[in-house]
Amino acid sequence: MSYVSEIFKGLNTLLTGMKVTGNYFLHARKGAITQQYPDNRDTLKMFERFRGEVVMPHDENNEHQCTGCQKCELACPNGSIEIIWDRGIDEATGKKKKKIDRHIYHLGMCTMCGLCIEACPTDAIVWAPNFENSVFDRTQLTKVLNQPGSKVKAGIED
Amino acid sequence: MFLKFSITKTIHDWLFELMPAGVAGVVEMILIAVVYLLIFAVAGLYLVLLERRVAAWFQLRLGPNRVGYQGLLQTMADALKLVSKELTGTEKADKFLYNLAPYFVIVTSLMALSVFPFSEEFQAFDINIGIFFLTAISSIGVIGILLGGWSSNNKFALIGAMRSGVQTISYELSVGLSLLTMVLLTESLQLSEIVAVQKNGWLIVQGHIPAVIAFVIFMIAGTAETNRAPFDLVEAESELGAGFHTEYSGMKFAYFFLAEFINMFIIAAIGTTVFFGAWLSPFGITDSIPWLGVFWFLGKTLLLVFLMMWFRWTFPRLRVDQLLRLEWKYLLPINLFNLVFMAGLIWLGLTIKF
Repeated sequence: MSYVSEIFKGLNTLLTGMKVTGNYFLHARKGAITQQYPDNRDTLKMFERFRGEVVMPHDENNEHQCTGCQKCELACPNGSIEIIWDRGIDEATGKKKKKIDRHIYHLGMCTMCGLCIEACPTDAIVWAPNFENSVFDRTQLTKVLNQPGSKVKAGIED
Repeated sequence: MFLKFSITKTIHDWLFELMPAGVAGVVEMILIAVVYLLIFAVAGLYLVLLERRVAAWFQLRLGPNRVGYQGLLQTMADALKLVSKELTGTEKADKFLYNLAPYFVIVTSLMALSVFPFSEEFQAFDINIGIFFLTAISSIGVIGILLGGWSSNNKFALIGAMRSGVQTISYELSVGLSLLTMVLLTESLQLSEIVAVQKNGWLIVQGHIPAVIAFVIFMIAGTAETNRAPFDLVEAESELGAGFHTEYSGMKFAYFFLAEFINMFIIAAIGTTVFFGAWLSPFGITDSIPWLGVFWFLGKTLLLVFLMMWFRWTFPRLRVDQLLRLEWKYLLPINLFNLVFMAGLIWLGLTIKF
C-alpha cells in the first residue's frame, strides 16, 4: 500500500511547490527586483553590500581617519593601493610622526576583493555604492583618496 | 477519408462562384495554408514572449518590456535577428539529413495544428480519426529530433537526441492511453463529434474521477512529450550544451525553437478539445454568438499553456532513470487501471450528464 500513499505524497509535494511559485507569480509586479537602470538613474539606490569603489570618508573639518599605517597597501593582492607618506611634527606632543601625503587608489586594477577594508584598523576606507565608473581615459581611474589639505582626526591612534 | 473545409461558408461559396471548381479548390487550399502558416508564426512568436514574461514573473523579475509596448515586438525582433544570422554547421555532418531535420519538426507540428476545432466553423481538416491522427503526427516530430542529433556529428547532440527518443516513445503511451480513456466516453475519434458530445457537459465533468486522473496523466505526459522542463533531458543546458540542436544556428535553430512552442500549444489544445469542450462556452453563456468560440478555445488553451509554464518554473528536473520509472512504474499502471475504471463507470451508467 506504500505505492498508493507515495503517489499521494508526491502529488501533495508538487502542489506545495506550485503554491509557492504561484504566490511569487502573483506578487511579481509589485515585488520585482529588476532595476530598469537608465530610466531610474536619479532614484536608483544600490543595496548596502554593493562594492562599487573604495573611498575615504572625510568629516566636516576635512579630517579623515587614515594614520598611514600602510596595512591596506600590504593587504592588496595586486598593488592597487599606493601610499605616499611623510613625517611631520605632531602639534600636541611635539614629536615626529608618520602621516599620509597622498593615498593613491588605482580603480582600474582593483578586483573589489575588499581585503584592504578588512585590514584597515581605523576604518579609514570604506565601500561606496557608486557604479557608474566608466571614463574615457584610463588615467582618470587613478584616484587620490584623501582630499587636499586634509589631516588625520585627532585621537584616532590612541 | 472524410474531408470538409468549413472556414466560413461565405468565402467558400464566393470562390466557387468566381472560378471553375478545380481552380477554386486549389485557391481555397492555398488560402487555408496561408492562414494556418500565419497562425503558426504568430502563435509561436507570442508563445515565446508569453513564456519569457511568465518565467520572469515566477522569478520576481520583469521580463522583456522594451521593444514595443510591454515588449510585444521583442520576439519579432529576435526572429529578424535569427533570419540575418549565418547558417553554420559541422564539416563532417550528414548534410542532407542535417538540413532535413528542422523541416520534419516544423511540418509535423503544422500538420497537427490543422485539425483543431477553433470554433464551430473554423476547422480546416475534420478527419474521422482526429485524435489518432494527432497522436500519430505528434510522435513523428521525434524523427526530426533524432535526425538532427544524429546528423550533426556531435556527441552532445547525439546523446540529446537518443534521450528524446527514449522519452517520447515512453510517454507517447501515456498520452495515448489517457486520451483513449476519454474516447470511451465520446465513442468517436472525430474532433467535431467529441465537441458535440460535450454539449451535455465537458468531458472532465462527465467522466468525473477517472477523467480528472486521465487529465493529470495527460498533462504530465504531454509536458514530457514536448521536451519541456521538468522533462528537458533532451536539451539539458547544464550537461549537453543545447542538446540535439547544438550545431544548428540561425533560422534552422529558430524552426526547432518555434516548433517546441507550437508543440506545447498543440498539447494544450488537445487537452482543451478532449477535456474542456474546445470552443464551447461554460454553461452555454455565449451560444448565440458562434464566433466567440475562437475566444473560448484560445482562452482555455492559454490557461493550459500557463499550467505547463507553471510546471516548468516550479519543478526540479528528473534524471533519465527517474523519468523512465515515473512512466513505466507509475503512469502506465495507473492509466491501465483508469481505463478499466472508466469502462466500468460507463457500463454502470455512472457518468454525469446534464
